[in-house]
Amino acid sequence: MEEILIELHLCKKIHTSEGDETLDVKIEIPRLGFITLFGQSGVGKTTLLRMIAGLTQPDSGFIKVGTEVWFDSIHKINIKPQYRNIGFVFQDYSLFPNMTVKEHLLYASQDKETSYISELLDVFHLKGLCNRKPGRLSGGQQQRLAVARALARKPQILLLDEPLSALDSETRQSLQHEIIQAHTNFQATTLLVSHDINEVYRLSDFVYVIENGKIQEQGKPGEVFNGTKIKPDIHLIGYIVGIENNILTVSVKNTIKKIIITCDELANLQINDKILIKESA
Amino acid sequence: MNEAFLQTFWISIKLASLTTIILFCVGIPIAYFLTYSSFRLKVVLQAFVSMPLVLPPSVLGFYLLLAFSPNFWFGNFFNHYLNIRLAFSFTGILIGSVIFNLPFMVNSIQTGFSNLPVSLKDASFTLGKSRMTTIRRVLLPNIKPALLTGVCLTFAHTIGEFGVILMIGGNIPGKTRVASLAVYDEVQALNFNLANKYALFLCGFSFLILLVIYGVNREFLKWKRF
Repeated sequence: MEEILIELHLCKKIHTSEGDETLDVKIEIPRLGFITLFGQSGVGKTTLLRMIAGLTQPDSGFIKVGTEVWFDSIHKINIKPQYRNIGFVFQDYSLFPNMTVKEHLLYASQDKETSYISELLDVFHLKGLCNRKPGRLSGGQQQRLAVARALARKPQILLLDEPLSALDSETRQSLQHEIIQAHTNFQATTLLVSHDINEVYRLSDFVYVIENGKIQEQGKPGEVFNGTKIKPDIHLIGYIVGIENNILTVSVKNTIKKIIITCDELANLQINDKILIKESA
Repeated sequence: MNEAFLQTFWISIKLASLTTIILFCVGIPIAYFLTYSSFRLKVVLQAFVSMPLVLPPSVLGFYLLLAFSPNFWFGNFFNHYLNIRLAFSFTGILIGSVIFNLPFMVNSIQTGFSNLPVSLKDASFTLGKSRMTTIRRVLLPNIKPALLTGVCLTFAHTIGEFGVILMIGGNIPGKTRVASLAVYDEVQALNFNLANKYALFLCGFSFLILLVIYGVNREFLKWKRF
């Protein structure tokens, strides 16, 4: 049986697009696990992460990490974010515009151990960019720096708030790989917030699905997303790039799909038309 | 250039420099509190800080004069324990100008803080850094233009201050007589030539300071892009 590192039960009133809602979530995270909180935007995933970090105060509940209590509404315990040994990667990266790449890591590192800092620079391919400030880094490089900075403190827990959502698919792929590598190399229990099934499937070993403020499902990604549990239809939007007899060639997100259609349907379509494809999962 | 002329300017500059230094130290914590605190009654503090912007200087000067009087606890405290007489003294006009210029410093710094993403502060906190370290290493270096604006506005505004200083300083040559008062004084004495000298100096000085603000801020904005 794996050892549980984080145990929490938190309640917080949040404002969603459908009015006020109470977030009521109970989660257990095993040591060295890679856990994902999955859900549509606005369900309170980020709020949950911020509550674990101590940046937002929960209405009630508790957070236990190992033998320490970080938050307990009954006993009025609320440890400051500074004293929670975490690494937080913000959705907008929140890099410091005044610091270079290296200064970021030195600032974040507590023991200023140079060998560890240069290992981070290596893993995240930042070595050549040491003296650049965030304004001169690409989106992917900024993202790498954000993760490296979070790890520089040698955190027990790494919290990732939709870290890859702003990147193009190629950069995303290579960063997913680096995040897995960092997770194993630096031995940080990781909690990821995401609404991208691909990413969740690839990265995590356990998923909590949040909906309507509650955990609706939990399990291994393979069990949770086994087709019956996700929405039956997948909607894709693509552009027609070729029409041949009754076969349509459609480009969808940089991949080419071939679709057989009837002659009646063909009459209304021409190249460059934007179409919606429904696929059953 | 005669000695009285230089002395008057020296008092103006001394007053402006000290006011700016004091307000820089006081303004940062107040601006931080006003930006980030979730304290409900902070609007009251905000209103107090901005009062000198709308209040006639004579009103502020009048109340300060009353407060400085040895019959009032504030004046009495300074008189009795620190042996400082506030009314019609340099310390008096310094206190007055610190209060009068509070909004120029605080509002500038506060604008700087609120233009930064809140997550910068949060990020620094999650890296285990204290509030002090966060302010010093992360927040202040990223609001340099706002700091510069606050410093220059405060300095320039103190140089140009008239009403409050006239009320509580009493226009004593060599002690509380500053350049802006001297203009008024010389005009009253029909000394237009000297008044013109003071006035020209003040014009040039103010223009120079504004030039520095806009010039340096343009450079800061350029750096930001790279």
